[in-house]
Amino acid sequence: MNSVTEMGMNRTGMATSPVDGKALVEGAREGAPTSAGDAQQLDALRDDYVNAKMKVGSVPPPASMKGAMGAIANAVKGADMASFIDRLGERLAFERAGTRLYEALISKYQHLADVDMEPSLGQLQEIRDEEMAHFAILRAAIGELGGDPTVETPAADVSGVASMGLPKVLTDPRTTFTQCLEAILTAELVDNDGWALLIKMAEQFNRKDMAAQFRGALAEEQEHLTKVRSWLEARVLKGRPVD
Amino acid sequence: MALDILRERGTALAKQQFTWKDIVQPPISKLDDDAFTRVRVILMNGIESEALRFSHSCARMNRELQLDLARVRRVEQFQQTTINWLNPGDQSQLETTIGFEQVAIEITAAVAMQETDPYLRQVYHFGLLEDFDHLYRYAALLDRVDGKDANNILQCYTDIRPGRATMFHHRAPEDDLRRPYDKATATALSKLHAGTIMAAEHQTHDYYMNVGPSFSDPAARLLYAEIAAVEEQHVTQYESIIDPTETWIEKWLLHEATEVWNYFACVENESNPRIKRIWERFLDYELGQLHHVMDVMKRVERRDPAELLPAELPDPIPHASQRAYVREVLAREVDLRADGTEIVPREKEARSSIDYRQQLNADGSPSEAVAAGYQWSPGTELGVKVNGDARRRQHEARA
Repeated sequence: MNSVTEMGMNRTGMATSPVDGKALVEGAREGAPTSAGDAQQLDALRDDYVNAKMKVGSVPPPASMKGAMGAIANAVKGADMASFIDRLGERLAFERAGTRLYEALISKYQHLADVDMEPSLGQLQEIRDEEMAHFAILRAAIGELGGDPTVETPAADVSGVASMGLPKVLTDPRTTFTQCLEAILTAELVDNDGWALLIKMAEQFNRKDMAAQFRGALAEEQEHLTKVRSWLEARVLKGRPVD
Repeated sequence: MALDILRERGTALAKQQFTWKDIVQPPISKLDDDAFTRVRVILMNGIESEALRFSHSCARMNRELQLDLARVRRVEQFQQTTINWLNPGDQSQLETTIGFEQVAIEITAAVAMQETDPYLRQVYHFGLLEDFDHLYRYAALLDRVDGKDANNILQCYTDIRPGRATMFHHRAPEDDLRRPYDKATATALSKLHAGTIMAAEHQTHDYYMNVGPSFSDPAARLLYAEIAAVEEQHVTQYESIIDPTETWIEKWLLHEATEVWNYFACVENESNPRIKRIWERFLDYELGQLHHVMDVMKRVERRDPAELLPAELPDPIPHASQRAYVREVLAREVDLRADGTEIVPREKEARSSIDYRQQLNADGSPSEAVAAGYQWSPGTELGVKVNGDARRRQHEARA
């Protein structure tokens, strides 16, 4: 792993090529667009597809009779069981992926030459274990509602697409530990809001037991967020942005 | 320095070996390596991909060549992997696409400059101005959807402006075929040029067909669908300039010579010492493969390969910005069209292609919509808007 980010031969900017850069700008000015309009024209291309009202996918019907009965009972109250299962599935997928992200961060940490700053290996392992425990909580909750915890729900899928870049950052041998903490921070921010929403949904379904469990998970996630923020800030502000 | 391919025997085929870690080497840097290092990576991946494609086609038609083809092909598989895996993980598919179009522009322009056959040069110009326009359309997409600057990839070597507008590229199949060179009279240089550009374009087509559906945005899916169709036409064009009466072994020999010649150009031009060592090694491998095929030709066809190949290969393709040349061609030939095998002024375009295009564009043109009003500006087109807004606010404050 790189231990130092050096001033170097970054060639992406205009200033690297003053002569060619000037020619490029002049050439672009001379080349008039072949049709009028602006970036809004892309929406015209998208309109027909948006109007087709296709969805990413669906939440399957409850896998058990108990779940089916629950869905009917709650549908009467106006609460949306499918939406609850969808969100539970999303968090489950996120916690499962989060466990893997922390494993990748631990692997990156083990290549650090200098480990005198927080986090310690133990702190990272603790968070990793908590992410896995959260995954287990969600798996049990979905099962209890008669759902299938192995399903990839639409919210899980979309959240997976949104965070596609995170494992790419964490597993790239060229990224620094600090760059990886930045990626983890984006995951923790989303995770905190995700748990807060789940607590409200559990209360809506009058599942106080679940809401209590989820509050415990949120408290741990808040702690993760605070720690990751402080580790990142310390590394950046105290001159360790590069390892 | 010229390369004497009859005397230089390179690495014997039996000694061309790999391990997995040897195949998967650290990638190039998207930020720090020269854009022409990426150009070489993309080009040589295309050359090796064509080697595999040709080899499989040949094997399906020639039982007696299958073992020799399989032996050479196994090495080429690993050469292609080594090269293609030099692309870094932080280079998005759309950024890689920008690199593909830079290859199509700079390498085709360099080939056209060197080509001595005026008809073939005309054909290269024709394709060049279309790939030049594709770059502009993809740059607009990159800016407008991902908020990124195509010039971070191009590094100021290549202009970003309209060429022959993509909506006019769609032609009837009969207007995409060109006249082939004559194998008996064409120069070795013409044959090497044709093989190189055909390989690059075929790879471009295959790449767009693979990555197009990975985008979720309909605008991107439409643009890739449209430009992939044009790349298919380009493959049709460039394979038709090659004499179809060359024997299978003759074609194989020319493929190997094309590989040698292009690796030689990479060695001559490479600025990254680590990557240069890969080009040097693979140049030696290709010389070994070329001599293997020479032996096959002697054994099977009882022909002397020296009749087909010059002792010294022509000067390699220069890997450098061809901005001035491209601008000249753009100014002179942007309005040209096709009529059968001939490149003609716009007013003489074949009716068949006009009708074909009208039907295909009947629901609108993705490439026009994506780049509507787009003019590249350093960083992003938003820069122009931001500057304009600031000026307007200053003006209002003064008023």
